[in-house]
Amino acid sequence: MWRFDFYNTKIDFMRWRKLAMGWSITVVLIALGSLLIQGMNLGLDFTGGTVIEVQYPQPVEIPKVREALATAGFGDAQTQHFGTSRDVLIRIPPREAQSNAAALSNSVLSALQSAEGGAGATLARAEFVGPQVGEELVEQGGLAALGALAGILVYVMFRFEWRLAVGTIAATVHDVVFTIGWFSLFQLDFDLTVLAAVLAVIGYSVNDTVVVLDRIRENFRKRRKGSTQEIMNLSINETLSRTTMTSFVTLLSVIVMYFFGGTVMHGFSIAMIVGIVVGTYSSIYIASATALYLGVSREDLLPRAKEAADESP
Amino acid sequence: MSTPHTLNQYPWWKYLLIGLVMLWGLIFALPNLFGEDPAVQISGARANIAIDAAFQEKVAALLDTDKLLHKRLELEGDRLLIRFADPEDQLKAADILKDRLGRDYIVALNLASSTPGFLRAMGLSPMYLGLDLRGGVHFLMQVDMDATIKQIEEGYVDEIRGRLRNDKIQYTSVGRAAGGGVQVEFKDSAERDKAMDLLHKDLPNLQQTEPGPSSLKLTLSEREIKEKRDFALQQNITTLRNRVNELGVAEPIIQQQGSDRIVVQLPGVQDTARAKEILGATATLEFRLADEENDWNQAASTGRPPINSRLYKDRHGRPVLLQKRVMLTGDAIVDASSGLDSQSGGPAVFITLDGKGAKRMDDATKDNIGKRMAVVFIENKTETKRVDGELKKTAYTVEEVINIATIRDRLGRRFQITGLDSTREARDLALLLRAGALVSPIEIIEERTIGPSAGKENIAQGFQAAFISFLVIGAFMTWRYKWFGMIANTALAANVVLIIAALSMLQATLTLPGIAGIVLTMGMAVDANVLIYERIREELRNGTSPQAAIHAGFHRAFDTILDSNMTTLIAAIMLFGFGTGPIKGFAVTLSIGIVTSMFTAVTGSRALVNLFYGGRKLQKLSV
Repeated sequence: MWRFDFYNTKIDFMRWRKLAMGWSITVVLIALGSLLIQGMNLGLDFTGGTVIEVQYPQPVEIPKVREALATAGFGDAQTQHFGTSRDVLIRIPPREAQSNAAALSNSVLSALQSAEGGAGATLARAEFVGPQVGEELVEQGGLAALGALAGILVYVMFRFEWRLAVGTIAATVHDVVFTIGWFSLFQLDFDLTVLAAVLAVIGYSVNDTVVVLDRIRENFRKRRKGSTQEIMNLSINETLSRTTMTSFVTLLSVIVMYFFGGTVMHGFSIAMIVGIVVGTYSSIYIASATALYLGVSREDLLPRAKEAADESP
Repeated sequence: MSTPHTLNQYPWWKYLLIGLVMLWGLIFALPNLFGEDPAVQISGARANIAIDAAFQEKVAALLDTDKLLHKRLELEGDRLLIRFADPEDQLKAADILKDRLGRDYIVALNLASSTPGFLRAMGLSPMYLGLDLRGGVHFLMQVDMDATIKQIEEGYVDEIRGRLRNDKIQYTSVGRAAGGGVQVEFKDSAERDKAMDLLHKDLPNLQQTEPGPSSLKLTLSEREIKEKRDFALQQNITTLRNRVNELGVAEPIIQQQGSDRIVVQLPGVQDTARAKEILGATATLEFRLADEENDWNQAASTGRPPINSRLYKDRHGRPVLLQKRVMLTGDAIVDASSGLDSQSGGPAVFITLDGKGAKRMDDATKDNIGKRMAVVFIENKTETKRVDGELKKTAYTVEEVINIATIRDRLGRRFQITGLDSTREARDLALLLRAGALVSPIEIIEERTIGPSAGKENIAQGFQAAFISFLVIGAFMTWRYKWFGMIANTALAANVVLIIAALSMLQATLTLPGIAGIVLTMGMAVDANVLIYERIREELRNGTSPQAAIHAGFHRAFDTILDSNMTTLIAAIMLFGFGTGPIKGFAVTLSIGIVTSMFTAVTGSRALVNLFYGGRKLQKLSV
């Protein structure tokens, strides 16, 4: 029976590390380029403004909704179907006078209800975010991401060794840039739940990396022979099955969330899916390859007491 | 190394411990099984309104006469809860009860947990659902602290002027300094020094500096500013709480967030416009005498009112000329209620003043019977504009004469305002007045409304995703790891129970992202099992005996599991610190899920494995 096992594989991962690094650097550059040129399609949470979700008793055409909105003075509103043809999502950019913006949802709804075919339309959700809140969120979100990275760096340094810690962080940053870049490249809506997913990706991406690092450390201690490169290859091959399997199981739950969790969770699920896939690749390649470039060796990973003995002439 | 027979056996106390933890989990998770009843909650509008057995009987009689179907009535402390079988009965009953009971009672719609009494008596309750799951309105409000300090300084300007005048110290001007503080200019330095001694004695809180030879600057100390800010925030919270009570919301949340913000969550409220009218506007009142000597229209057309008067407009835009001197301000008002004027039959607002206010009112009106008095309604509004990419906030006030009436008598503690357009207007005005005039302008900076059907849909989809995810993971684990997979699934189910129990116990808010956190931890919880099982398989391939392989698998994988969970926990904690609302819900379930999964996936599944395989002679493992 096919069990998609990766047992007894002998792939020379490190031989391709230059290619992998080159590929990763290219992808990261594309992501950063997209961020610089296109920027993010930031959601309401960050830009401020108003989002209104209206549910009609029967299917409704978008041009009619637009017309009704334009006559009511909301010509700058963006309108689209949301999930079904009965649900309409309306976005209105931040207004000059904020006190009016806060009362906007009610006037929009009454404008739609009084328009032709709008009777029975109900408000499913309305959100208004003031511009100052958005600015703070961007700042706090960035701080939280940096804080998470710093915390993980310290933890991995404490548990392993600084070169491996740097490798781990390089892999994690790679995953975060890739995920955010994905949202920028395809101009997907980047809202607060997506930011939460990105932070979860930071935590999760390290999971797989730690599995590989643990095995590298174990093999360095167990085997007296073999170059750093060989040990790394061996460790990655040995852990390949569990690295892919753990990612796969988590991926399953996130994919289910994408299909069954409702539209609100779409952005979150996409970010997690991208982050987990990329995180698995970077755990195998980026983390170990970076540590290898930084010159990690057997001596660095031996238990402390022994290390001291080795260093004495 | 020990022999295979003693391997993989837990001492009895470990099983007992796991059993106890699971028992705890089941008990705390239990209330979530019972669902909720649509209910109507009745409480007193004021403290002196008794909600007791007699009242319960009265309500029961009311329900019976109107043939309103209901499940039962429950008296809970100072509120009465009426449960219904379906929401339609609930809405009908609420409307009728509101009508019959009048304004002494607050009738609110509620969802009451149907948890049986004996569980509630044990202090158990179901998870607390966030607004995105139950529907309602969320407001984030910001108190304008600059305006608060400005108001306080203006108060000092008046006070200093009065004190200097009393002591006959000659000053040329008193006013707020541009950069904050109060600046006083004197004729010469001798007068200033006299003033410094006096103010040092009378107003020791103010710090004195001398910007010029004949001028004095007084500033609030850091401590006083902090105190005033805290006070302003607390007063706003109290006021908002009163106003929310007026709105009739069952389980409102009014909380401080940060140093100058207030979160208001109103579950079940749909009419945001009305909620905002009542919550958002801050109103003050000023009572002023009308200027009877000058021509109002002439003053309006020239735009230059006489020196002792100020020009206002009434609600129809007509000019009103009032004396500059304020008789009384809104903060003297103790209570205000609306009703019908016994003489005219029109809507009226009845006002009660505090002792000091009553005396001032009495002094001001005793010589002015027959003259007219106006009530000026002052609304503080704030708007934020983006000017050249910078956020500029401007506060402005709208002043309007809402009523002008002849003083018929000496006014004391109680008097009334008439001439209002409708009973609703009378009610809203009374409401704003009773809640007390706010000292600081407040601005809504975030608002989220979730309709009740959208909330239900979110719950349904969230649970559907969790359920399907459980099935898919369970099927996969069983297929790949056979019996060991089933053990992992059992541990996973136990993990979900523990998460629900922990959320119920902590009464942490469950949000839609929170459900996402549960789904995610389900995937991550079996990760631990995958790590262990893959390790067992590896050991078996290396020729280790089954018992030793199990032992090694659990033992060696533990470090890895700990490390990987710790890093995710670090990210979750960062998320918690930064997050607001729904995101915090995600961080909470993720953190709880990580901790409980460590227990169930490692200790729990180990216990099951030991129970089935421990101490037996095994040829093969079903992994």
